[in-house]
Amino acid sequence: MTDLKPRYDLAVIGAGPAGLAAATLAATRGLSTVLLDEQTAPGGQIYRAITRSPVKNPSVLGTDYWHGADLVGPFRDSGADYLPGTAVWSVSRTLDIGLSRDGAARILPARHVILATGALERPFPIPGWTLPGVMGAGAAQILLKTSGLVASGGVVMAGSGPLLWLLAWQYLRAGARIDAILDTTPRENWRQAMPLLPAFARSGYVGKGLKLLLEVRRKVKVIGNVSALRAEGDGRVQTVVYRQGDGAEQRLPADTLLLHHGVIPNINLANATGCAQSWDEAQRCWVPDVDGWGATSVEGVSIAGDGAGIGGALAAEHRGRLTALDALHRLGAIDRATRDRDAAPHREALDRALRGRDFLDALYRPGREFRVPADDTIVCRCEEVTAGQVREAVKLGVSGPNQTKSFLRCGMGPCQGRLCGPTVVEVIADARGVSPAEVGYYRLRPPVKPITLAELASLPKAEDEVAAVMHH
Amino acid sequence: MFQRLPDAGGERVSFTIDGRPAEALSGDSVAAALLANGVGACRTTPVSGAPRGPYCMMGVCFDCLVTIDGTGNQQGCQIRVRPGMRVETQNGKREIER
Repeated sequence: MTDLKPRYDLAVIGAGPAGLAAATLAATRGLSTVLLDEQTAPGGQIYRAITRSPVKNPSVLGTDYWHGADLVGPFRDSGADYLPGTAVWSVSRTLDIGLSRDGAARILPARHVILATGALERPFPIPGWTLPGVMGAGAAQILLKTSGLVASGGVVMAGSGPLLWLLAWQYLRAGARIDAILDTTPRENWRQAMPLLPAFARSGYVGKGLKLLLEVRRKVKVIGNVSALRAEGDGRVQTVVYRQGDGAEQRLPADTLLLHHGVIPNINLANATGCAQSWDEAQRCWVPDVDGWGATSVEGVSIAGDGAGIGGALAAEHRGRLTALDALHRLGAIDRATRDRDAAPHREALDRALRGRDFLDALYRPGREFRVPADDTIVCRCEEVTAGQVREAVKLGVSGPNQTKSFLRCGMGPCQGRLCGPTVVEVIADARGVSPAEVGYYRLRPPVKPITLAELASLPKAEDEVAAVMHH
Repeated sequence: MFQRLPDAGGERVSFTIDGRPAEALSGDSVAAALLANGVGACRTTPVSGAPRGPYCMMGVCFDCLVTIDGTGNQQGCQIRVRPGMRVETQNGKREIER
């Protein structure tokens, strides 16, 4: 890390479409810029392994994936510094960034910070989802993109939403086996989604989406209206159990169960930085508060891309550029009029990219039973806490997720609530009969990624800091 | 169980899983390399001892924790497999000095 500047005008965290686009624009226009990323290569999750995927046949991953390469070239030429394999565990209100790389930690100051931490798959708590062999559909997609690996043996996909269908399509292209797709999209969602259909029909997604859906449906057994889903097995998943509507219980042998019901913003870093956040009823998740430029409630910290609300990869790219233009303005590199003028084409492109999004939100809103699971279902994977235990705690007076930490250790494991937070909020809200907005979310604190004492001890220390500890 | 696509080419990397010789593709994460070698469960939990395997593959779930070259609790999905790497599945809590 010796090649780093002592301080940057702009630090961008996350090298997905938003982060790449933001860093490229800012560096090209003269800001000293550093892009910090946890992954070892650029692309984020959506364009994961874009520079080095072993999947040689381009038609397997599809043209939308390969668009990611168009972001990497200009980034490489932009003059921005790039730090892959770097975990950012803290961003302070004074814009000091705590990072860790190759077992050593350091603090990097910046004048402005753009968080581009993207999305993660919404937790899908069903009985048996902790069994080896049960994974996120997004996880399977990462294995395909980065390593050319596909599930073999009995493969069942279950859930709802565009990514599930995209993965199925990619698996078919790759010649991989899919035994069945269990569609959990609630039938009643169509009623809410229909009024939004005209706008979706005018979006660029409809033709592509329909073609993909029809191709998958032609080749794979798709079972709709699925409920009471669970995974069973001894030491690993062996059987997927479900009902179709009110029908009898069905059992499917499976070696792999791939679950998905949408993505939600990865808010841990923003939350720990102190950025205000609100409950988004349409997307059914907590979202940091940002203005039209991605600016948060913390001075000098902006959020670009899906980390500030799910809009998809193309929207993320445009939001990245808008956020970078605002950073240029705030740092005095361009005046307001220039910012607004240069933002116009990106704003137009963003509007186009977001068209029809609310239709997808309404149609693929996860069913209640998969957001508010039954008592026997583990909600906190780290501490193995069930929904029933959370309900018991509510009976004892727990009113929000922060109290479940002290009652149950729920949310206190290494994932720091990423895999249980959304479910715990839903379960408590449901048990109390109030909105999740009233229940709140975990108050997260740095470090948002586990670091070792050795890493902490490796932080450079000033003489007076050492003296303060040694002599008192 | 996972298998490699026939056209997925690349440099082979030799490493060990619990002392047994294994092979991965250059660029594989440790978690991907385990799955490619038929190792679906990489640890047991400290709470109940239940087996776990990789779940998210993007660094958020911490279910793919393994011991790498003697250091415990490493996120297998975030670390690339290297030639000669010693990967060990781990039981329960991380031990002192590991």
